[in-house]
Amino acid sequence: MALTKEKLISRLQTQVGLSKPESRSTVERVLDIMKESLAQGEDLLISGFGKFSVRQKNARRGRNPQTKENLILRARKVVVFKTSGVLRNLINGD
Amino acid sequence: MNKSQLIEALAKAENITLKKAEMVVNAVFENMADALVQKERIEIRGFGSFKVKFYNGYKGRNPKTGDLIKVDGKKLPFFKVGKELRERVDR
Repeated sequence: MALTKEKLISRLQTQVGLSKPESRSTVERVLDIMKESLAQGEDLLISGFGKFSVRQKNARRGRNPQTKENLILRARKVVVFKTSGVLRNLINGD
Repeated sequence: MNKSQLIEALAKAENITLKKAEMVVNAVFENMADALVQKERIEIRGFGSFKVKFYNGYKGRNPKTGDLIKVDGKKLPFFKVGKELRERVDR
């Protein structure tokens, strides 16, 4: 079972001792602030978890593998995530 | 932006104490980290999803010294950006 926003909201309720509406609005707000920071092109560094950064990708020729059609992928900005060393070690059990 | 700036911004926006904002932010990432350690997926609509992937080990070379090295397989979270965030970043 995946960890969803709803689950996060109900867990915070008990873990932090918040009312349901409080938990909901703070969780939503945390996500909004994170999204806004990235939308501004600013990196987001969460120590112990990882780093989200915005990368500029150049335009390139691509191909639709299904229709075999050639197409041009325009230059775009994407979000990339790099796991922190601490979390990576925890996940790998060392 | 780093975690303390996120905490400050949250306290201000929600009009709560720094202490409370800190507990919320820490709890959010602790729950997410725990899920990944349990190999559980995370799915946050509008933001993105995380899934732990296994990467095979391989034999490589140190490009400087030419020494043969063995890289062990590893598990790493893979982040897939959500639609809303993807569109906002690329605007």
